[in-house]
Amino acid sequence: MTKSNATAEPTIVAFLCNWCSYAGADLAGVSRLQYPANVRVIRVPCSGRVDPLYIIKALQEGADGVLVAGCHPGDCHYISGNLVARRKFAMLRSFLEYAGIEPERVQFSWVSASEGGRFASLIEKVVADVKKLKTGKKMAGESRSASLAR
Amino acid sequence: MTGGSVDCIIGFENGSLPRTARPCFVRNAKDAERLVWNQWCVANLAAFVPKLFEKPQKPRKDYKTPRVGIVAKGCDGRSIAGLVKEQQVPRASITIIGMPCNGMKTAPKGEKNNVAGELARTCIECVSPAVMHADIAIEGESRKPAKAAYPRVREFEKKSVAERWRIFTEEISRCIRCNACREACPNCYCKVCFADQRKPSWVSPAAQVSDTMAYHLGRMFHQAGRCVECDACVNACPMGIDLRLFTQKLASDARELFGCVPGVTGEDVPPLNAFKQDDSESFMTDPEER
Repeated sequence: MTKSNATAEPTIVAFLCNWCSYAGADLAGVSRLQYPANVRVIRVPCSGRVDPLYIIKALQEGADGVLVAGCHPGDCHYISGNLVARRKFAMLRSFLEYAGIEPERVQFSWVSASEGGRFASLIEKVVADVKKLKTGKKMAGESRSASLAR
Repeated sequence: MTGGSVDCIIGFENGSLPRTARPCFVRNAKDAERLVWNQWCVANLAAFVPKLFEKPQKPRKDYKTPRVGIVAKGCDGRSIAGLVKEQQVPRASITIIGMPCNGMKTAPKGEKNNVAGELARTCIECVSPAVMHADIAIEGESRKPAKAAYPRVREFEKKSVAERWRIFTEEISRCIRCNACREACPNCYCKVCFADQRKPSWVSPAAQVSDTMAYHLGRMFHQAGRCVECDACVNACPMGIDLRLFTQKLASDARELFGCVPGVTGEDVPPLNAFKQDDSESFMTDPEER
């Protein structure tokens, strides 16, 4: 576990659902809205597709924070994927917080395809929250390149 | 068995060491003499059930679903209810023999003079010592069910985030990745565990703390809404890791967030497979509008 410099730029991994939140992020880009460049986007078909293991793996690979965004309840392209995800993430966040991973690191939100501004605000908030945390990457293991070099 | 209603009974026999009992499989009436029932019958026998009911990979015409009898205490009964719910065993093929359970003891490791043994923590806090829905209920008095309070969880929650992380790291770094917890758990019946998958590789077998943490966070979270708090994992662990501190959090959350006590409340699907329109969103981030 490395304690990296807390003021260095954090890396946020964002899992965005293809139909709503990814489109919302696209809209933010097309509208030339400025938001922090710390986010790495991974497009998934639905927020319900996001396995808790993705979040744990992202933290292990060195992400400072993880964001999962999906369609608003009732608007899921697959009808109920986001509703199942909602329960899953409620428990996951509670469990990770209990084990000592700050809740600011793992955040969830709804962003619709028309909410470019909301997406930009969301990224600003997540990056600001993670920057405020005292310690750096949680659970980061030795990177692959380092272990191959060894 | 002589009546021909079951092919195999899973029960306990005397262990090779004093103050231990070990699981045994009785396949004919004569062997039934080996069966014992005492306060050392700690193991969760439901762990053997999914394997017995695994169908052959290529369908065979002569395959018959086995009929199994199982000697069950409260926690075993909850596990079996969970397995039936997840369709790992047909209810009609398993005969639950409900035993009166007054709590099981473990002889603490290394304490040769402690002959009496200690009542297991999970038994003291057990909410359903008597098997619900037993097919054959053996006469006898069981412990009174405890009230679910989770004092250790509440106490742990009061600590700071940094302190919780420190304790978690310290406990988990003792893990030698022997997978005993996985083998002992009735709910861990996946043919290929996520920890053994390559392509993608979630957790490497490397001896890094980060991989060990990922393994435990993943394995425990896979029990979310399913864990019956039998402590089979805790008893199986050769390093004495305090897994109960974390598995209880899952049980407490399932109760609080979704009103579910696995194996007791008897819903048709596990809580994480279901949803309600008004599930809480208090954990979500709502950014300010621009």
